[in-house]
Amino acid sequence: MKYLPLVWAALWRRKPRTILTMLSVVVAFLLYGLLTAVNAAFNTGVELSGADRLVTTGKYSITQVLPYGYWQQVKNMDGVEQVTFASWFGGYYQEEFNFFPQFPVDPQSYFDVYSELTIDEDQLRAFVTTRTGAVVSKTLADRYGWSLGDRIPITAGIWPLADGSNSWEFDLVGIFDTRDPAARSQHEYMLMQHEYFDEARQFGQGTVGWFISQIRDPEQAGQIAQAIDAQFANSPNETRSDTEKAFNQSFLKQMGDIGLIIQSILGAVFFTLLFLTGNTMMQSVRERIGELAVLKTIGFSGGSLLMIVLAEALLLTLMAALIGLGLAAFLLPGLAENMPGFSGLALDLEAWITALLLALLLALIVGLPPALRAQRLSIVDALSEHA
Amino acid sequence: MIQQIYAVTAMNLRSIPSRLGTSAVIVIGIAGVVGVMVALLAMGAGFQATLASTGEDDRAIVMRSGSLDELSSVVIREHAAILAEAPGVASNSAGEPLAIGELFMLTNVAKHDAVEPNNVVVRGTTPQVLNLRHEARLVEGRMFQPGVREVVVGIGAQRQFSGLQIGDLVEVREGAWPIVGVFETGGDVHESEIWVDREALVTASRRSAWNSVTVQLEDAASFTTFKDAITSDPRLKLQVQREPDYYASRSEAMGQMITGLGYTVAVIMGIGALFGALNTMYAAVATRTVEIATLRALGFGSVPVVISVLLEALVLALLGALIGGALAYLFFNGYSVSTLNFQTFSQVAFAFRVSGALLVQGMIVACLIGLVGGLFPAVRAARMPVADALRAS
Repeated sequence: MKYLPLVWAALWRRKPRTILTMLSVVVAFLLYGLLTAVNAAFNTGVELSGADRLVTTGKYSITQVLPYGYWQQVKNMDGVEQVTFASWFGGYYQEEFNFFPQFPVDPQSYFDVYSELTIDEDQLRAFVTTRTGAVVSKTLADRYGWSLGDRIPITAGIWPLADGSNSWEFDLVGIFDTRDPAARSQHEYMLMQHEYFDEARQFGQGTVGWFISQIRDPEQAGQIAQAIDAQFANSPNETRSDTEKAFNQSFLKQMGDIGLIIQSILGAVFFTLLFLTGNTMMQSVRERIGELAVLKTIGFSGGSLLMIVLAEALLLTLMAALIGLGLAAFLLPGLAENMPGFSGLALDLEAWITALLLALLLALIVGLPPALRAQRLSIVDALSEHA
Repeated sequence: MIQQIYAVTAMNLRSIPSRLGTSAVIVIGIAGVVGVMVALLAMGAGFQATLASTGEDDRAIVMRSGSLDELSSVVIREHAAILAEAPGVASNSAGEPLAIGELFMLTNVAKHDAVEPNNVVVRGTTPQVLNLRHEARLVEGRMFQPGVREVVVGIGAQRQFSGLQIGDLVEVREGAWPIVGVFETGGDVHESEIWVDREALVTASRRSAWNSVTVQLEDAASFTTFKDAITSDPRLKLQVQREPDYYASRSEAMGQMITGLGYTVAVIMGIGALFGALNTMYAAVATRTVEIATLRALGFGSVPVVISVLLEALVLALLGALIGGALAYLFFNGYSVSTLNFQTFSQVAFAFRVSGALLVQGMIVACLIGLVGGLFPAVRAARMPVADALRAS
């Protein structure tokens, strides 16, 4: 610690070079921060999904519709606590690229099953009782500047109204949020009354998209899922049930190897950077051979020189990593607002720790070769060469 | 002047081998930027090309008015019959209109070495589809028979998903159907699909209406005639699009996302590489202080010095771009993957496309980094007072 001023002075010996090197490390950690947050947003659905929920869809595809009557049958199954359902409305607000999901649901049971959602009691009651009522997540309300009482037009992509028109309108009666802000990107959608939707649509009456069951004992998830599917086997509408986690996971897998692609990018960035920073460190030590020899002459041991050079590398990478991550943390909220479906974009503790460990590793890899060189320095040779 | 530039540049370039380490910083830094950028853009380009190359100008796809894609569209049979008789629709040798109403559904198929379900398109069509989509041809086995529960699979789907060989069974509706053939369509999006007989699928899925109707027009110019006839018919609430327009529009969201990611990462990485380049060139100039000052003392102007440093940076940057571009080409060109196109909610198999245009883009980015990275050190080199610099030794 007492050598800190010495290390500090050595670090800033050639200011422009240190600043430039540091900036490239800052950039690498900025990229790390941004990409890690995006990657994490993809995975929150899997991590935050309830272990005590099952999703039941059509056997061949989630896009198959199921009879409304299954609701009561699933509710009566052993081990099932409560059940709700949803359908895919597939419309859009104003233009196709304003995309967010809309689900016609049974209001009360939906909020019962998704207990991580918070909504004002009165607003929920209004949703239950208003035929054309709709509720949206806070993130959506913020993005589109909606407030209670607004009439929101939604153009149908799948379900026309009975007269063939695609112009649906819903009255905003409530705004919900999630208890855990990190879960926001999972619940960024609009809900409307299934009852009204079913009556008003042109075709498809008496069907819903999928069922979500809350079960009493997560340990029994596999058995209950099997029991549900067995109940409807050999019927015209066979089902496929799975835990919500497995369901979200398989959905994520459909995207292909997003995580792998992001990790490859980071790999390329860090390799490039390693080379860059390593080179600067070597150069810096090479220029200071004479000074280091003087330090050794006045009594510094090889070990202390090794530590001094390493500390210099560590100081450089740690400061740069902190700045880069800080910059990422600063930019993320703004990015999240402009990326539909990514409202939860943030750096978690794990990302910070991993980044700092990476910085440590980087410092060791780039600092060790010049540090060893400093340790093994022969005073006579060094001084005669650099006198 | 030219001679001076040549002399100084040659001297600089000849001295690169003695500064391999620092010079490599530019090369590797830029190779990283160009490699990552080209690879990501090649992914976006491959995806968009797969959809944009689908269909022909003289074919039209008809869906329910307001539907964004085939999955969410419904065209009842009576309407399909009406539109097949519309003006502009071509006929086959037997005088029947070349229009096929098709079913478009999804089924779950696992990728190789995985168990998770993927949304693979099941297209219910007729054996006539080979006349309508003349780019389609069977490469193995035979066509499904009318009314029989048999499957022909696209070659792209076969590559990406497991259990899609001839003789295998695939879950379609009401159980598993045998695969009897493999088709290709020249690398477009239909190769990611599996095709079955529509009447067999109607029975198995208990659906009576089609999702879309694809028609062969008499020629590309009859599109307007056909479209006007359909949209002005009060019985029909249908929309008509040229096939290539429809398919290209289904790649916009995903294509833009991948391309956006590619450019964002490239810009951020590029800034990092720029700092590296500046470092290298400052070091390069610093080690040659005496040489440069000597040349100036001999009467060389400052312009040749600036240009020579810039040229050195450019040569190194281009070398980096070549390495990065070559790596991207070697590792990714033709690399095929399948992803969920969220505009159609179905899997699209596509191959990365490292095109000449992308490589040129990589070169341009590299040159920009090289130029900016060389400029400041070059100016410093030229501005150095000759006497001081000579004394620096």
